Amino acid sequence: MEVLLNDFSPGLFVVQTILLLALIFLMVKFAWKPILNSLNEREAGIEEALAAADKARTDMQNLQADNEKMLQEARAEREGMLKEAREIKEKMISDSKEQAKLEGDKMLKQAQAAIESEKKAAVADIKSQVAELSVAIAEKVLKEDLSSNDKQLKLVDSMLSDIKLN
Amino acid sequence: MMQVSNTIKTLLQLLILCFSLQSFAISDTEPEGTVSTKEQVDEYILHHLKDSHDFHLFSYSNDAGERKHIGFPLPVILWSNNGLATFMSSEFHHDDNGQVIVERNGSKFVKLHSKIYELDNGATSVSFDEEHHATNAHKALDFSITKSVVGVLLVGLLMLLAFSSLAKQYGKKKIPTGFGRVLEPLVLYVRDEIARPNIGEKHYRKFTGYLLTVFFFIWILNLMGLTPFGFNVTGQIAVTACLAIFTLVIYTVSGNKDYWMHILWMPGVPVFVKPILAIIELAGAFIIKPFSLLVRLFANISAGHIVVMSLIAIMFTLKKSLGVVGATGLSLVLSFFITLIEVLVAFLQAYIFTALSALFIGMAVAEHDHEHEHDSHGHEVADAEDVRGDFI
Repeated sequence: MEVLLNDFSPGLFVVQTILLLALIFLMVKFAWKPILNSLNEREAGIEEALAAADKARTDMQNLQADNEKMLQEARAEREGMLKEAREIKEKMISDSKEQAKLEGDKMLKQAQAAIESEKKAAVADIKSQVAELSVAIAEKVLKEDLSSNDKQLKLVDSMLSDIKLN
Repeated sequence: MMQVSNTIKTLLQLLILCFSLQSFAISDTEPEGTVSTKEQVDEYILHHLKDSHDFHLFSYSNDAGERKHIGFPLPVILWSNNGLATFMSSEFHHDDNGQVIVERNGSKFVKLHSKIYELDNGATSVSFDEEHHATNAHKALDFSITKSVVGVLLVGLLMLLAFSSLAKQYGKKKIPTGFGRVLEPLVLYVRDEIARPNIGEKHYRKFTGYLLTVFFFIWILNLMGLTPFGFNVTGQIAVTACLAIFTLVIYTVSGNKDYWMHILWMPGVPVFVKPILAIIELAGAFIIKPFSLLVRLFANISAGHIVVMSLIAIMFTLKKSLGVVGATGLSLVLSFFITLIEVLVAFLQAYIFTALSALFIGMAVAEHDHEHEHDSHGHEVADAEDVRGDFI
């Protein structure tokens, strides 16, 4: 202890204190402050860049997911539209078939009705013509002398042949 | 190629400069200048551990048997009874036994065991008592530019040059090149491994400048102590005391309310224990902590120097029993490995001093009973204050 105290030099202590103070001051001002500031800045920059990259990646993933979703939606929509179109087509075909059938039936019925009425008209016409003919024959018969038998018979024969011709 | 040739040129110039120093060198005969016996080795080692007033490089004996010393003198600055006195250390002519008297401003000075004494009024030469203490002289207040001061100045200059150039690099580019690439990780190491964990995220920034300065100051000085220039700056108790007192002042000034509360009136203990604890805590804060800092650094570095020099001295002390080759070989092998360990110790002591300083500062600025931070899983994040207990 005595040796230690003897070795202690107050002068050196004072000089060292002054020099160390000056050194700390100079180093802080000219070295540590700028160095630590730049290091902090750089670290903050790196952190920022990393965060930005992370954000970009999640954004990208979101975008991709969105795209996928949209694609799927579009696909589903297309599917739906195709299905609808097919249904519409089938419905149209079946509708038109039905309609055609109905129309045909209607036309058939009309035709049958027309035929019936024509037939009826024709029969009526025939009837009236037969009556007229009968009346005309009767007239002619009446106008000719119905005195002789021969003549009567001849007349009937000619009349009948006339009718046959009709 | 250009660089290599430049380097060689610089080295040559240095060499020439060294030899030209001979013209400044003071030559005188010294019958006991050589170091070869055990007593001389002991004396040489003790002498080396002390600060010296001139920068001594090496000595040799010339053909005429004269002892020549190569080196350069350093300025001596003294505060004596008659005011300031300055002269070059060469005026003592390498005398260390109080024989040569230098007179300035009416005061007489002698150099005795690396210390400068001022003779009392009327005395013409130093007289000694039985224990070889001077009886009619007292130590002068010595502000000389000693070898240690030269070392401090040199390290300060080196640090300023190296780190201000690193600081300048950041202005131009984000990542330093060249030597800056070596320095940057060291700065980051001190900040992230010493300052940040010991002081805590909240306060570490304020103290990082001091810790960085002290770390590099001690480390480079320790390493310089291992060079053949033989600086022993961190082995000077005045220097380590100064460093320890800086740390003491910093943690005393920046101590918060909690810190003083824990020292003066420890919460959570019975009242009658509190004054006893206060005494212990006060002693711890103002005596034990700085004393441990200053003694640890001083003792480690001094011990390192003693061991290395003792192992080198095996060359002389074991010459008789092992022969010249054996003693030299053993000395070389042992001192080589011890020097390797000393390189590690140089870093280790710088680290320990800085880390303990950070720890003491951290204890002074720690905030107790605060809400602990929680990480994303809801666990408490262990911060510096919690882990600190493991070290003390």
